[in-house]
Amino acid sequence: MLEFLMKPWPWWFSGIIIASVMFLLIFFGKSFGFSSNLRTICTLAGAGKRVKFFDFDWKTQSWNLVFLVGAVIGGYLANNYLNDGSEFQLAASTAKDMAALGLGQPKDIQPLELFSWDALFTLKGFAFISIGGLLVGFGSRYAGGCTSGHAISGISNLQIPSFVAVIGFFIGGLLMTHFIFPLIF
Amino acid sequence: MKFIKFLIVGILFGVVMAKSQALSWYRIQEMFRFQSFHMYGIIGTAVVLGVIGTALIKYFKLKDVQGNEIKFAPKEKSFWRYILGGSIFGLGWALSGACPGPMVVNIGYGFVSFIVVVFFALVGTYLYGLLQNKLPH
Repeated sequence: MLEFLMKPWPWWFSGIIIASVMFLLIFFGKSFGFSSNLRTICTLAGAGKRVKFFDFDWKTQSWNLVFLVGAVIGGYLANNYLNDGSEFQLAASTAKDMAALGLGQPKDIQPLELFSWDALFTLKGFAFISIGGLLVGFGSRYAGGCTSGHAISGISNLQIPSFVAVIGFFIGGLLMTHFIFPLIF
Repeated sequence: MKFIKFLIVGILFGVVMAKSQALSWYRIQEMFRFQSFHMYGIIGTAVVLGVIGTALIKYFKLKDVQGNEIKFAPKEKSFWRYILGGSIFGLGWALSGACPGPMVVNIGYGFVSFIVVVFFALVGTYLYGLLQNKLPH
């Protein structure tokens, strides 16, 4: 059992755990939607005084901020205590595409050329990080949710708007991967 | 103490994002290049169980821990905000390789530069709030 948990988790097990997270939150009287936290943090930073969208009682979302803190702790625990050091396995075809983009052999779960602390001080690294973050933040609020709120919770409740949002996620993702990446790498 | 349960579920979420490697930029690339089943398997499993569980909760009118009947708020009906907002989100998802959850999990995992990703995601959220009335919804 412990040996199984120490290895990278298979998709089916991961999917079961994600559904469990959603249902635990539902039974606690809440709902699964992570990007709401971004709005709450803006409110905490005082954005509600200037922009009406942020003028709401953030205390109604304090449970979600606690969930966010847990998520950070979970990432730390998983990497430091639930890790057998298995080598990162990337699909051979993707590895080939990454090499074609000029990225080195994957050494970790993230390409160090883009996401190491040093990469932050290169033009490419900073552009990926800043523009990527900006678009995710803007888009998730515009669409009223992210992967957890739309792709998982919304589709589980058979919401047409969530299907449309997920189609949007793929329009954007495919456009970036297949048309913009060849131009910017 | 009432918050401890959310901390524990949050930890479970962080662990599953890390152990499934859903927080990896490479895994998102595999997904958008249709070169691996992994991400589709994760989301697909969660959604199939989600649809069944949600239907059962509604059918049996189950109650939450406070004893209130569980209600699912329907999403506001619209098209443009979902397709446009979704597409903008997708562009950023492929670029940063992280949606909002995995962003913060990456910080705990040890990729500290994701603090900057989260900072810019907050700026993006603020910009949306600023421009909300000028955007088609």
